[in-house]
Amino acid sequence: MSADREPNLASTKTHAVWQEFGGGHTSFWTICHDLWTHRELIVIFGLRDLKVRYRQTLIGVAWAVLQPLAQMLIFMTMFGLLGSHPAEASVPYSLVLLTGLLGWQVFAGTVSQGTNSLVLNQALVTKVYFPRICLPLSCIVPPLLDLLVSLPLLGVMLLICQQPLSPTAVLAPFFVLGIILCSAMAAVGLAALNALYRDVGFAVPFLLQTGFFLSPVVYETSALIPTQWRWLFHLNPLTGLLEGLRWSLLGTPAPTLSEALITLAAMSVITVGCVRYFLRVDRFLADRI
Amino acid sequence: MSHLVLQVDRVSKRFQIGTREPYYRLSESLYHLGNAARQWPRKLWRQGTRCITETEATTRDFWALNDVSFEVREGEVVGIIGHNGAGKSTLLKILSRITEATSGRIRVRGRVGSLLEVGTGFHPELTGRENIYLNGAILGMSRAEVRRRFDEIVAFADVEQFLDTPVKRYSSGMYVRLGFAVAAHLEPEILIIDEVLAVGDAAFQKKCLGKMSDVARSGRTVLFVSHNLVAVRSLCQRVLWLDHGESRDINETGHVLQQYLSDIQRPCLEKHWGTPDTAPGTPAVRLKRIAAFSDNEDPRQLTIGSSIHLEIDFWALEDQLLLNPSVVLQTAEGVPVFNTYPMLRNSILAEPLSRGEYRCTCTIPPHLLNDETYRLQLYMIRDRSACEWRIDDALLLTIADDTSREEWYGKVIGAVRPQLSWSAIPLLSAPETTGTVVEGT
Repeated sequence: MSADREPNLASTKTHAVWQEFGGGHTSFWTICHDLWTHRELIVIFGLRDLKVRYRQTLIGVAWAVLQPLAQMLIFMTMFGLLGSHPAEASVPYSLVLLTGLLGWQVFAGTVSQGTNSLVLNQALVTKVYFPRICLPLSCIVPPLLDLLVSLPLLGVMLLICQQPLSPTAVLAPFFVLGIILCSAMAAVGLAALNALYRDVGFAVPFLLQTGFFLSPVVYETSALIPTQWRWLFHLNPLTGLLEGLRWSLLGTPAPTLSEALITLAAMSVITVGCVRYFLRVDRFLADRI
Repeated sequence: MSHLVLQVDRVSKRFQIGTREPYYRLSESLYHLGNAARQWPRKLWRQGTRCITETEATTRDFWALNDVSFEVREGEVVGIIGHNGAGKSTLLKILSRITEATSGRIRVRGRVGSLLEVGTGFHPELTGRENIYLNGAILGMSRAEVRRRFDEIVAFADVEQFLDTPVKRYSSGMYVRLGFAVAAHLEPEILIIDEVLAVGDAAFQKKCLGKMSDVARSGRTVLFVSHNLVAVRSLCQRVLWLDHGESRDINETGHVLQQYLSDIQRPCLEKHWGTPDTAPGTPAVRLKRIAAFSDNEDPRQLTIGSSIHLEIDFWALEDQLLLNPSVVLQTAEGVPVFNTYPMLRNSILAEPLSRGEYRCTCTIPPHLLNDETYRLQLYMIRDRSACEWRIDDALLLTIADDTSREEWYGKVIGAVRPQLSWSAIPLLSAPETTGTVVEGT
C-alpha cells in the first residue's frame, strides 16, 4: 500500500489545480487544458474506429487502395471515351485524377464519419465526461491512415507515367495539413449540428456528392472554369488546397496569390465558426442529443 | 482539517418542458425561415445555445436543481440521498461535467472520475484489454498510467482468461466488474459513484464497498449516491439530502438519515376523517382514522428494531353490529405477507356493539418485517364472515433498517426478516491436515 501512495502524491501534485466550470463559467483555458489531458483519446478513438471498420473484412486495409484506383480507372475511361480531359495537357491526366481523389478521400471520409460521431456515441456522451470534440476530431485518423496506405499507389503511378517529382513536393505535406484541418473542422461543425438536427445525417452524403464535383477532384479549375468565376470556386478552401497539392507534386499551374488569400480566409472562417458552434452546443449536448 | 477539493456554489439547472420542444428538426427552423428570413442565421445560432424563441412563453421551466451549494473536503465520503427525481442524477451529471449547470459554478481541484453507469465507455467489438485502455483515456489517463495499473485492474475484475475476447461476448457480470475495476483504479482525486451497488453479485458488492473505503482512506474524496441507506450509513461521514432540486440538509450522516426517514414516511402513516359524511365505509360502519407508529424517539420512523403499532378508529352507525377489523399486509408488489385480526375472546368485539366510536389496536413485533415498503389493506368484517368494506392501501409503511451490520451491507431478501435463533457447534475436533491417514497401527 505504501508503495502505491508515492505515485498518488505525485499525481495529486500535478492535478492540484482548481478548475472552474458551470453556468457559462467554463474558461477557455479549462477547455484547452482538458483537451491536452485527453490528447491520447483522439488517437484511441480513431484506432478504435479503424479496428472496428476492418474487422471481419476479407481484404481489410486493401480497400483503402482499391477505392481510389477503381475511381481513377472509371474517370479515365469516361473522359477517354469523351475524347478530352478536363485538365492541362502538360501532366498525365491519370496523375491529376489520383492526387485529386486521394485528397478528396481524406475529406469525404472524415466528414461522413465525423457527422455521425456524436450521435453514434450517444451512450458515451450522456454517461461520461471527456472533451466531446475528441469524437469528431478522431475521425481524421482512419482516412489519414488510408492515405498513408495508398501513397505507394501514387508512387507506382508516377513511375508508370515517368513523371519526375518536382522539388516543390516538400511543400505537399502543408497542403495535406490544410485538407486535414478543413476536414476536421467540417466534421466538428456538422457533428454538433447533427446532434441537434438529424436531418444533417441525411443531407451530408448528398452534399458530399455535390462537393465532389464543385471541388477540382476530377478536373483542374484552370482548364475548365472561366477566369472571372474562379474566385467563387476558391471560397471552397478545398479548391485551393487540391490545386496546391497538385502544383507541389506535379507542377500544374499554381494558385494565384489572391486565390491563396481567399482560401486562407475561408479556412479561418470555417475553423473559428465550427469550433465556436461546437463549444456552444457542447454545453447542453447531453440534454439534447 | 484537510483542505477543500470541491466547491459547489449556487448551482441551478433548468429543463424546459412544455407543449413544444424548441426546434428539434431543421424543418421547423425552415418554417421560421419564412417568418423571419433575415434573422434566421442568428436564430439557428442562438437557439443552438439557449432556447430563446417566441415559443418560450408556452414552455414551462422545470428546475431540476435549484440553488444548491456545498463544499467537500479532501478524503471525505459524502452520500447523496433523495427521492426519485430529487435531482441527484442531475447533480452528479453536472459535477462530472456531462452537462452544464444553467447558473452557478463549480470549482474542482483535481481529476473527477465518475461511474454513473458501469461499462458505458466500452465498445462491444473491442477486447477487454483494448477497452481498459479506451476507458482509461476517456477518464483522462495516459497510456503509461493505465499500464501501471493494468494488472491490478485485471485482478480486481477477475477477467484474466478473457482479456483478448471482445467484450460483446462477456457475461453481464464480467462487464460490470471490469467497468468498476477500471473506474476505481484510475485514482481520480474525486470519485463519483451512482448506485453501483444495485448491480453485481454479493461478493462483488462487498469488494466494491471495500474498494470505496480504500479510496477514501488514501485521501481521495468520494461522492456516493444510493438508495441503499445501509450502505450510506456505513460508508459516509456526511450526507447531502436533495428534495425537489433543493438542498434540504447537508450534515453528519446519522442526523440527516433520521430526518430523511421521518420525512419520507410522513404522508402514508395516518389517515383520518372528521365526520362520518366524508369518511369511507358503508352507512352501517365508517372508518374514522387509521394510523401506524413506532416506539422510536420519533414515532413516525418505522424501523426493523422497533414495534409498530396500528390504530384503527371507526364509527358504528347502527346498533347491534357484530364487527371486527382485519388487516392484510402486502409487499409493495401486492403479495400478501400476512393477515391478522383480533382474537375475540375477552374483547368488546366479542359482543354486538352499540352505536359509537371504537378503537382497535394491534402491535407488530420488532424483527419481523424487512426493510421494505408495505401496503396495508383494511377490511371490516360483519358477522364474522361478511366483508362490509375494504380499503386498499389504507397505509403505506416504509420500514428502515436500523440494525447495524458488519460484513454485508446489501439487501437481505425476503418479504419478512424474522430474527431466528442460530447456533453452531463443531462436529469433528481438529480435522487432520496431513494427506494420508494410516489405519490400524
